[in-house]
Amino acid sequence: MARKEGLLGRKVAMTQVFGEDGSHVPVTVIQAGPCTVVGIRRRDSHGYDALQLGFEKKTKNVTKPAAGYFKKANVEPVRVLREFRLEKGEMLEGYQLGQQVSVDVFKPGELVDVVGVTKGKGFQGGVKRHGWYGGDATHGSMFHRAPGSIGASSDPSRVWPGHKLPGRMGGERRTVLNLAVVRVLPDQNLLLLRGAVPGATGSLVMVRKSVKTTKAQQRVAEKK
Amino acid sequence: MDAIRLVEAAQLRKDRNGFGPGDTVRVHVRVVEGEKERTQVFEGVVIRKRGEGVKASFTVRRISYGVGVERTFPLHSPRIERIDVIRHAQVRRAKLYYLRKLAGKAARLKERRTAVPATQAKTTTE
Repeated sequence: MARKEGLLGRKVAMTQVFGEDGSHVPVTVIQAGPCTVVGIRRRDSHGYDALQLGFEKKTKNVTKPAAGYFKKANVEPVRVLREFRLEKGEMLEGYQLGQQVSVDVFKPGELVDVVGVTKGKGFQGGVKRHGWYGGDATHGSMFHRAPGSIGASSDPSRVWPGHKLPGRMGGERRTVLNLAVVRVLPDQNLLLLRGAVPGATGSLVMVRKSVKTTKAQQRVAEKK
Repeated sequence: MDAIRLVEAAQLRKDRNGFGPGDTVRVHVRVVEGEKERTQVFEGVVIRKRGEGVKASFTVRRISYGVGVERTFPLHSPRIERIDVIRHAQVRRAKLYYLRKLAGKAARLKERRTAVPATQAKTTTE
C-alpha cells in the first residue's frame, strides 16, 4: 500500500465557507501541527521506513524512560507520538530529528486522508449498528427492531462466530479518504477540509496526503 | 479568539446588520443567467432572522402578483450586493410567521419611526 507523509492535529469543529459562486462549502477545521520530528525509522535499521512525529508539548509527568528518548532525539517532550509509514525510503530525505513540520505541507486543492477515532455510541441495537431495516412500526407488526433469527437450529446448535448482533458501537479507528483541502491558514496552524472527519471535537486526527486518488478525483478537487 | 470564530470572522460582512424582523428591505442579489450576470432586486418584509456567524440567514416575504413569495438568503453571502432598509416596523415577536395567514390590510405593520435626520431616513448599507 502506498504510504505518505502527514501531520497530527486536533479536530476543532465544522462550519461552512462560501464558494466563489456563493455556494456553501461544508468544512471541518483542524488545528494541525506544528509537529516535531522525534524519530526516523529506516529500513536498514528498523525494517521499515517511517517518520515519527510528536505533537503538543508535554511539561508535566514525563517519565524518565520517555525523557531519555526525547533527550536522545534532542527534542522537547511531547504528548502525542505517531509514526507515519512511508512507501519509499527516499521520502525521508529532507527530514531531520527535531525539525518542525507545519500545515504548509498541504496546499489548497490537494486531497488528503484523515484518520481518527469515531465517537463512542455505547451499546446499540442492530438497526443502528449494522443498518438492519427492522420491521414495520404499525399495521399489526409485532416485529420492530429485534435481531430476529440468528441462525439454524440443532445443526449447528451454535451461533456462527462474527454474527452481527447488538453491542458496543463507535470508538473505532476510521480513515476517510480523499478530502479536499479548502484552505490553509499557516499563521494559525489551521486546515480547512471539505466534508466530515471522524471523531469528536478536540479529538486527535492524523492528516496525510491521499494514498488512493484517481486522476478524476484530483481534477475535481483542483477545480474547487 | 477560538479557531472556529477566527475562520468565520474572515467571511462576516460587517454591513449586514441594521435591520430586523418586520423591516421592509430591498435585497440586491447577483444572479447568473446563462453567460451574463445581473443584479436582481427582491423587496419585502423580513419575517425571520436565524443562526449565528457565517451560518446566519434571513427570510424576506413579499406578495408577488397575488402570490406570497418567500426567499431565504444567507446573511453573509457574497452573492448579495447590498441590502437597503426601506422601512422599520414595530413588531412584538422575532418570527413573523403569522403574516402568512394574513393578506391585504390585515398584513400591514405599524411603522417604527426613529429620530433620524430626514436625509438619512433611507439607510443604505453597502
